[in-house]
Amino acid sequence: MKKFSSVTGLVLPLDRANVDTDFIIPKQFLKSIKRTGFGVNLFDEHRYKDKGKPDADNSQRPINEDFVLNQARYADARILLARENFGCGSSREHAPWALDDYGFRAILAPSFADIFFNNCFKNGLLPIVLNREIVESLFKDVEATPGFALCIDLETQGIKKPDGDIINFEIEPSRKHCLLNGLDDIGITMRDAERIRQFENNWRATSPFYFTLK
Amino acid sequence: MSSKTLYDKLWSNHLVLQRDDGTALLYIDRHLIHEVTSPQAFEGLRLAGRTPWRADANFATPDHNIPTTKSERSQGLEGIKDPVSKIQVATLDDNCREFGILEMDMNDIRQGIVHVVGPEQGATLPGMTIVCGDSHTSTHGALGALAHGIGTSEVEHVLATQCLIAQKAKNMLVRVSGQLKKGVTAKDIVLAIIGELGTAGGTGYTIEFGGDAIEGLSVEGRMTVCNMAIEAGARAGLVACDKKTLEYIKGRPFAPSGDLWDEAASAWMELKSDEGAVFDSVLELNAAEIEPQVTWGTSPEMVVSVNGRVPLISEEIEKSKQANYQQALAYMGLKSGMAISDIRLDCIFIGSCTNSRIEDLREAAAMVKGKHKAETVEVAMVVPGSGLVKQKAEEEGLDKVFIEAGLEWREPGCSMCLAMNADQLGAGKHCASTSNRNFEGRQGFGGRTHLVSPAMAAAAAIHGRFVDVSAL
Repeated sequence: MKKFSSVTGLVLPLDRANVDTDFIIPKQFLKSIKRTGFGVNLFDEHRYKDKGKPDADNSQRPINEDFVLNQARYADARILLARENFGCGSSREHAPWALDDYGFRAILAPSFADIFFNNCFKNGLLPIVLNREIVESLFKDVEATPGFALCIDLETQGIKKPDGDIINFEIEPSRKHCLLNGLDDIGITMRDAERIRQFENNWRATSPFYFTLK
Repeated sequence: MSSKTLYDKLWSNHLVLQRDDGTALLYIDRHLIHEVTSPQAFEGLRLAGRTPWRADANFATPDHNIPTTKSERSQGLEGIKDPVSKIQVATLDDNCREFGILEMDMNDIRQGIVHVVGPEQGATLPGMTIVCGDSHTSTHGALGALAHGIGTSEVEHVLATQCLIAQKAKNMLVRVSGQLKKGVTAKDIVLAIIGELGTAGGTGYTIEFGGDAIEGLSVEGRMTVCNMAIEAGARAGLVACDKKTLEYIKGRPFAPSGDLWDEAASAWMELKSDEGAVFDSVLELNAAEIEPQVTWGTSPEMVVSVNGRVPLISEEIEKSKQANYQQALAYMGLKSGMAISDIRLDCIFIGSCTNSRIEDLREAAAMVKGKHKAETVEVAMVVPGSGLVKQKAEEEGLDKVFIEAGLEWREPGCSMCLAMNADQLGAGKHCASTSNRNFEGRQGFGGRTHLVSPAMAAAAAIHGRFVDVSAL
């Protein structure tokens, strides 16, 4: 997995609650059997005016100029600022793949949907939960300040604002450790293979009726 | 020993190890696989030179991309017109063959929506941990199993290690008590619950559904309720195991039999929350007050009674929600304050992992029998959840009832629930749908979804608008 230590970049505000995974990446793009290439279709139904197709030349499609992603002041944003319950809906990991492929490295929101939140960490993407008031003030800052950028440092768990103020954030130690070191979950789990084997043997002995699918 | 909730029991039964950092390794009994969220996981295994830990814990069936017209289906894989879909379905076949995983492929009569097929085959059993790269895996909790959706990285992790890195959720009890009105179904119960909890009210929780109204539901009805736990933000929903659960499972192809059945059945009857178990949160609903539900907006929480109105955007609505409501109304093309019964419907979809089982089809058929769909309804389709559901429905003559009423009788798959195949709702069209999500574009680009029960969708097909089936 890709390591994450820090990111400094422009902040893109997506002022909308309950952004679902269909919003992030519509279903027609889920037919790909690869993990990459989803960035050009991030927020597809809002970013373009027509209906997207997996094999379309996106450079030829009509752009929705009103959508925040298409506004010049937010070009090359690396940090997404969002509202409550970001990433609700399906379990598709294509959602974090699309955000990552576009270039986002971190998402700030008051709350996230569970499965999406978990999927982010598997892809070196950092979702940060901040309290509602802080998110509200960041939306105001971004709106008022063209070029508003933040510097997020994972080691110190701090978000540095342009005025030098630091917003601290919480992260579970294990997730932090994996992100900082780019660790592969499977590799870590396999260190406990013997424990798993013991559990399984015991489980098979006490609950043999779960081992009947042949 | 202190009292435990059903979730506590399922969790501790599968706990391989608890790490100091709060994460745990949870053993997974059953892993269900479909074509959309698995190809990258299998590719990951191949690249790392890994093989499945226990191939016989997995089973697969294609569902999301599968065409539902007879002409396409009769030609098997070659009949899939969309080349990208075809590759994805073929990739599942290839991966299952390579890694020795049981697959009910698209030509197999047992193929269907993975959450319909699992319980139908007896591959879903009480007391199991079940995962699948699909958020509606919560469905299987109806049988007293701990079941939830996972992402593709976790699909790979479960394939490789038979475990999931997990953190224990909090316990929530939703108790639905009292007698349901005639015509009010499991779907209405769960929509009413989501209306109360909100789309994120269950985030961080496992929800156990209890109370005499839930006990009174059939096992299939309980599946409908648990299916939509995720629409309230909860990854997993649960219903305690009882005699109905055992009756449902007994004799199914992969269910235990003989002595093993007796052993299992006595263990499974313990799968309920202890008397006095403490829940972190409790929601109480009176079943008698629930009316047939209809969603008006673009989130399942935007739901009202069929006799209600689209909300007025007024100061009574929380300020933070007002913008959301405005966006939803604009997308749905509805006026604030209009009656739900005034919405003109263009399309009817009866199907999905929420409502495509035999009881759902019976409920819908009873509504359209001897009648004909309204002329203003352009498309009305019934998509059974599996080949075996379809076969059973045909034995009962339900297919004829639907066809005579002017509804299309399709082949099994996910279909217009998420419109990954050719079954797509047109832009600006209103659809009465028995599925689970009314997100923007969910059923097709620009499509407008109203979530309802099978009875409500079928009655809407006849009338071209929503009618209160509890008053018929």
